[in-house]
Amino acid sequence: MNTVSPYVLLSAILFSMGVIGFLTRRNAIMIFMSVELMLNSANLAFVAFAHQWGQLDGQMFVFFVMAVAAAEVAVGLALIVTVFRSKKSANVDDLHQLKG
Amino acid sequence: MQLLYISPILFPLLGLLINATLGKRLSERLIGLIASSMVVASFVVSAYVFMQVGGLSAGQAAIPVDIGIPWIQVGALAVPFALQLDALSATMMLIVTGVGALIHIYSIGYMHGDARFQRFFVYLNLFIASMLVLVMANNFLLMFVGWELVGLCSYLLIGFWFNNIKNAEAGRKAFVVNRIGDVGFILAIMAIFVTFGSVTFSDVFGKVAAMSALNSPIIVAITLLLFVGATGKSAQIPLFVWLPDAMAGPTPVSALIHAATMVTAGIYMMTRAHVMFAAAPDTQTLIAVVGALTAFVAGSVALTQNDIKKVLAYSTISQLGFMVAAAGLGAYVASVFHLATHAFFKALLFLAAGSVIHGMEHLRHSAQSAPQGAHDGHAEPFDPQDMRNMGGLRAKMPITFIVFLIGSLALAGIFPLAGFWSKDEIIVAAMQRNLLVFALLGVTAVFTAFYVGRQLIMVFFGKPRSEDAAHAAESSPLMTTPLIILAGLSLIAGALNLPGVGSLGKWLAPVLGEYEVESFQFGVAGFFTVLSIAALAGAWLLYRNAFAKAGDKDPLEKLGPVYALSKRAWFIDTIYKEVVVKLFYAASSFLSRVLDIGGIDGLVNGAGILVRNASGSLRRAQNGFVRSYGLMMLLGVVVVVAWFLISAGGR
Repeated sequence: MNTVSPYVLLSAILFSMGVIGFLTRRNAIMIFMSVELMLNSANLAFVAFAHQWGQLDGQMFVFFVMAVAAAEVAVGLALIVTVFRSKKSANVDDLHQLKG
Repeated sequence: MQLLYISPILFPLLGLLINATLGKRLSERLIGLIASSMVVASFVVSAYVFMQVGGLSAGQAAIPVDIGIPWIQVGALAVPFALQLDALSATMMLIVTGVGALIHIYSIGYMHGDARFQRFFVYLNLFIASMLVLVMANNFLLMFVGWELVGLCSYLLIGFWFNNIKNAEAGRKAFVVNRIGDVGFILAIMAIFVTFGSVTFSDVFGKVAAMSALNSPIIVAITLLLFVGATGKSAQIPLFVWLPDAMAGPTPVSALIHAATMVTAGIYMMTRAHVMFAAAPDTQTLIAVVGALTAFVAGSVALTQNDIKKVLAYSTISQLGFMVAAAGLGAYVASVFHLATHAFFKALLFLAAGSVIHGMEHLRHSAQSAPQGAHDGHAEPFDPQDMRNMGGLRAKMPITFIVFLIGSLALAGIFPLAGFWSKDEIIVAAMQRNLLVFALLGVTAVFTAFYVGRQLIMVFFGKPRSEDAAHAAESSPLMTTPLIILAGLSLIAGALNLPGVGSLGKWLAPVLGEYEVESFQFGVAGFFTVLSIAALAGAWLLYRNAFAKAGDKDPLEKLGPVYALSKRAWFIDTIYKEVVVKLFYAASSFLSRVLDIGGIDGLVNGAGILVRNASGSLRRAQNGFVRSYGLMMLLGVVVVVAWFLISAGGR
């Protein structure tokens, strides 16, 4: 295909869904899922533009993004488990000790 | 050789250094010995200087002494650390160190047992050093340094027993009033520099002598400002109010500083600058009148005072008025003559008064162990200085009585004691030059005799009027010996400048100009002697049986409002307090409350409050909720992306 607008549009929709989920969810894991969704929407945009210009740079970058996402999930889930162990709750609203 | 000439200043400084650093470990005797011996050493060197000056050839008026270290060299102003030893400064040096040494020795006995004995002698030595700087300086600025230092010493010594707030306040008052005079002096020095390009005496006076016009405005201004300085230091109208309060200090301080030396600094300064005053006859007339007026007012106040030291304080102001009037009349030799004789007999009177006070406290002291800071001047209920509590001390304290009698007769100007000759010379000069001054001084002389008699009778004659007077005892030889020496001086010091001989006048001629030797004026002398004896007799009649019972009134109270006027020092102090001081406090309170606390503190505190409130409201963004942070991040991202899009859209 020569037009990328549907794909970019889809990427935008996915991104906004990720944002809304990030902002409105209370469960920490749900927030992580929203973050993953945002990352993947960016991936989609990268691939779509790579296809448009006929270059592989965009697709290479997707690899990087995926690797980073995986690492981030590993660390983040470890954090959530630790927090859950002390707080017995995965509700992010309970984590407000840094209140100024 | 230069060091020898500077040594009179260095000796007391050395003494004070030793006493200040090692004094805690030394005995009272040793501290007193060190301090006194330093002043005696200064006296010996001063005597040597005196002889050296006497041996100067006709062309050279002074021995110049330059310490070598340049002091101020700024642009056109070059002020050296240099001294000028001539006849006038040698005379002053002898008086300061001589009387000073005697008072040091006296103080060893007087201040015995005081908790701050060491500190007292440190201050006394500092005073002698400062006074010597003042009289030996060869330029106005160095003299002013000495001037200020003696003012400082006066403050320190008046408020020596500062545990009693009244003494501290008296010290403060002395310093502040002095300062007002000093403003005049500083302005004068500035004006002198601007006009003559130098502040050294020889430069300035040489240039003034070269000026032909009299009463040029700038010279009149300078001399008036110098006189303002003199009124502050020498306690003339309008700045004399500090001296009676200064009696809160220990009696040796009153003797040394407020009778013999510091208060004479103003007169010395005017004598030193006589060339300048001669070029401004208008100022001279003013000075003479102010001096005579001061003499009259102070003399009238001394008539009704009941505190033995207050009588002497007002007497000092009065006699200073005589000296100032003489200076104003151009009779500088008479002024210096009276300065010298007055130093002797007034110091004598003060020291003898101290002996009397000591005697009055004898009963209290023998009842308790030597109290610290004993003579606080316990004002109530027992005042050892109130003459109404005294009486009949003639029998109990014979030596003190005799010396006090000699001093008093010298003060009253009875032939042939010292005061007779010096006071008469002033009165004769007044008769020849200014009749108003003559009248005022003449009446004051009569007052003097009267209050002197009153004091003698109330203290030494009659029956003791209190237990303390009945148990009074003579003072130790350490105190009475200086008294005897001073009494001897009061007897013979008239020889300094006898009419027809004029030794002092001829001695001072290189500095003050040709001296015409006066012949003895029998008429005037006889007239005033008769008046003085009549005044003494009047005092005897009035006070012989006064205060016999407790609650008796002063016979002078029959004069009604005149008595009140005299007793309250013509209400001058009251006026100052109500008008000047209140105004000053009001202004100060305004500046403090409105400008300082309200304005400046308000600004500074306000800045702090502003920051605190701002941060308080901004802090609400830090609520610790992850999701709100996420929202803010999102908003930030949106803004940044929008920014790039919009700026890129222009391209």
